Amino acid sequence: MKHFDVIVVGGGHAGCEAAAAAARMGAQTALITLSAHDLGAMSCNPAIGGLGKGHLVREVDALDGIMGKAADQAGIQFRLLNRRKGPAVQGPRAQADRKLYRAAIQAQLKATENLTLLNGEVVDLLGAPSNISGVVLGDGSELRSHSVILTTGTFLRGIIHIGDVSRPGGRMGDKPSVKLAQRIDEFGLSLGRLKTGTPPRLDGTTIDWRGLESQPGDEVPTLFSFLSKEPAARQIACGITHTNEKTHAIIRKNLDRSAMYGGHIDGVGPRYCPSIEDKIVRFADKTSHQIFLEPEGLDVATIYPNGISTSLPQDVQEAYVRSIAGLENALITQPGYAIEYDYVDPRSLEMSLALRNVTGLYLAGQINGTTGYEEASAQGMVAGLSAAAQALGRDGPSFSRSDSYIGVMLDDLISRGVSEPYRMFTSRAEFRLSLRADNADQRLTPQGVALGCVGAERYAAFSLKQEKLAKATAQLHADSFTPSQLQAGGIAVTQDGSRRSLYQVLSFPKVTFEDLITISPDLRDIEPDIAAQLSCDALYSNYIARQKKDVDAVQRDEALKIPEGFSYADIDGLSSELRGKLADRRPENLRQAQQVEGMTPAATMLLLAKLRQFNRLKAG
Amino acid sequence: MACHGSLAVVSAVLAACCRQPSVRMAEPGEFTRRALENGRLDMTQVEGLADLIDAETEAQRRQALRVLSGELGQRAAQWRLDLVRACALLEATIDFADEEVPVDVTPEVRDLVTGTRAALVFEAGGVSMAERVRAGFEVAIVGKPNVGKSTLLNALAGREAALTSDVAGTTRDIIEVRMDLAGFAVTLLDTAGLRNTADHIEELGVERAVARANAADIRAVLSLDGAVPVGIEMTPDDIVLLAKCDDGDKKGGISGRTGAGIDRFVDHLKAVLKEKTSTSGVATRERHKHALQEAVVAMDQALSFLEIGPDVYELAAEELHRACRAMDGLIGRIGIESILDEIFSSFCLGK
Repeated sequence: MKHFDVIVVGGGHAGCEAAAAAARMGAQTALITLSAHDLGAMSCNPAIGGLGKGHLVREVDALDGIMGKAADQAGIQFRLLNRRKGPAVQGPRAQADRKLYRAAIQAQLKATENLTLLNGEVVDLLGAPSNISGVVLGDGSELRSHSVILTTGTFLRGIIHIGDVSRPGGRMGDKPSVKLAQRIDEFGLSLGRLKTGTPPRLDGTTIDWRGLESQPGDEVPTLFSFLSKEPAARQIACGITHTNEKTHAIIRKNLDRSAMYGGHIDGVGPRYCPSIEDKIVRFADKTSHQIFLEPEGLDVATIYPNGISTSLPQDVQEAYVRSIAGLENALITQPGYAIEYDYVDPRSLEMSLALRNVTGLYLAGQINGTTGYEEASAQGMVAGLSAAAQALGRDGPSFSRSDSYIGVMLDDLISRGVSEPYRMFTSRAEFRLSLRADNADQRLTPQGVALGCVGAERYAAFSLKQEKLAKATAQLHADSFTPSQLQAGGIAVTQDGSRRSLYQVLSFPKVTFEDLITISPDLRDIEPDIAAQLSCDALYSNYIARQKKDVDAVQRDEALKIPEGFSYADIDGLSSELRGKLADRRPENLRQAQQVEGMTPAATMLLLAKLRQFNRLKAG
Repeated sequence: MACHGSLAVVSAVLAACCRQPSVRMAEPGEFTRRALENGRLDMTQVEGLADLIDAETEAQRRQALRVLSGELGQRAAQWRLDLVRACALLEATIDFADEEVPVDVTPEVRDLVTGTRAALVFEAGGVSMAERVRAGFEVAIVGKPNVGKSTLLNALAGREAALTSDVAGTTRDIIEVRMDLAGFAVTLLDTAGLRNTADHIEELGVERAVARANAADIRAVLSLDGAVPVGIEMTPDDIVLLAKCDDGDKKGGISGRTGAGIDRFVDHLKAVLKEKTSTSGVATRERHKHALQEAVVAMDQALSFLEIGPDVYELAAEELHRACRAMDGLIGRIGIESILDEIFSSFCLGK
């Protein structure tokens, strides 16, 4: 029987990234999926990135992941969101051609050494319930491994709803994994129920595009991967249309036939991605909602109408779609549906995404209560790196709120859990001014190199960029200029008699890098991407310096590990309720402990005192 | 449990209690500490309780009770709520750029921030007076030598705090007497008589008296002719008294020896102190003022970024987050290290 270091179950975005990451680490890895043809399938909207999400893709890319490169290969419309706002809150986004994306993912996986792609249904885990040592396939065959990563998405007890019709199912057309779900039940994990929805897909050739607003991509596209230079595919525009009062009337009249409003769905849906029924009920005074008509590919006619996801019956979907400008004769190629599924309370996970109570089992992606390809991919990266490191006896990765969106997401999931499908936002990151898409490589590639998941090509490119950055930074700091000299160069500065370096000048919100060239023509030789990065660094330099204290505080608390077997029972002064919660939650460090509901600063202090005592005893 | 009040009886009863299983004496501050740990009191309330225990005068007691009731915490929570709402508006335009959120939220955010800012400025302005109520006011008695300053002090204090004699220049150092004056904690300062002198030690005493008198909250000048000694900077709250007016028959006359005019002097002080403390709010400590001011600075920054517009919303949001953290700090929801410092430095209080 073949023995792997890591087996990844599921070939969605989490699974693909996990398998690729584990294999790059040098672990013998198997990726098992129902159909290898579906690896890299985008089951919801045909787009990658966005605000917070684009940041995650960049971070995955900084660790030499596959999502960013595939999105650049498949991107057919690139837009940098918040282009007019500050660089910290700009997020790259792209419409992707589904076929090209799948092909790009599959090509990367096939080219990955140490990775075996297998077709099959995983029906059971070996070694359950305490020490997972492999999987059992549908045909009864067994595969052994050091650890298993489950990335089964919405397949856990998935139910699809179209209006009042519902049937078991994962993604449209796939079967749910009932047997596996039963096995997972044995672990006694706390499960919750969530829902998500999709809009009806439309035949683009039946849409009347004349008169519809068109949204082109950016003139200079912003790509995802630090290694990509330009888009690979032909670039296209999206269309924009709007619902109207007639649409709303049709939906209101049929609300009782909606799966959600008809009472067929118990799961909690995301507040930020509401179905069209939700929008009309909750924002009753709005007479119109925007719809983006997103092409699913260059050579397919399918259109994804972003903004009208629904669980209404098919005939109602048809009626309301046709009430919308441009869609009067539109044909629905696949009706919209809502899907309900189980998720595992992520508070039962460690920062490595390993389950606390089960050795050798990792969970990544939607199964942990998140939504989105990017969130899934980032978790896949974490689980893949961690599982491989464990199998190979090396140190695993470490992410913090202060160094990455990945760290923010892990910390949020593990210390707070989820109450609705978890999606990344820039506002979740308290150190957002330093966690930017533009410096993801500066933040994470060095860790990737140390872990051993970064390939030679990226290492070379990163080292070169570091060199250039260092040189350019030195240039900006080399000379200082009087206010008169700066004013002569056209820079508005107060005559306060103090000399300033060009780096300081660059930190003024209104000063651009080009302005500096007037003063110091040598700077012309600095490449645009280096100049852009320096401009961002300089713009936020004052804030980042100020945040350093907060970052240090977070890191100090994160560094205070709570050892295995630490007992809360004999901390005087803690309420028994809080003791119970802490013992149950088993926070890994002081920061996580502080997040436990009911923890007061004084209780944290007691815990801290006890921890110090515990560590002293252990040392002595 | 009622018993006779003698020390021996009380300690015998306590000892008997402590012999019971699972009974022990509470440690100093233990009940308060537990209340804080269990979230029954916030940091400001604990401070209020400490003040209440230390309160010597009626004004201090009232102020401490106000703080203990959690009024500051409640106000801070409301301010924080408004700031969070302002943050949320900004964050919505940042994180939902592609959706149908209002693009320009500047006016609403500006209103929220401006309103909160005004409340904070008002509260911060009252801190120094509240701090005085807590720590006590200083009233300096100044005047030429041998006009009866020490006699007046002794009359007010009701005891021989200062040595008096007919020899001019008897008081060379500054004598402080702490007392409850009409409900306010007041420290009376008896200073060296002000004159030019060849005696080096007396000269030093004079210099010190002038400096200390000018730093006091109120100056009461004792003089025979109504003149203010050179070097003393008078404010509208200060008072000039005619010294040695044993019959109390002159306007502003006072006599420490007969007690004439002392009631009027006390009434004047009472009125001034009342007036001074009328603006004091529920923020009573330098720590509160510091947090309030930090929030105000952050909000000013945020307002100036708002003027620039949506391009720098992320910076405006950053400043508002800082203001929120300052509010958190006010009620004790702050980083563990600062909590440790705060608690171990000033949270050693009675039961």
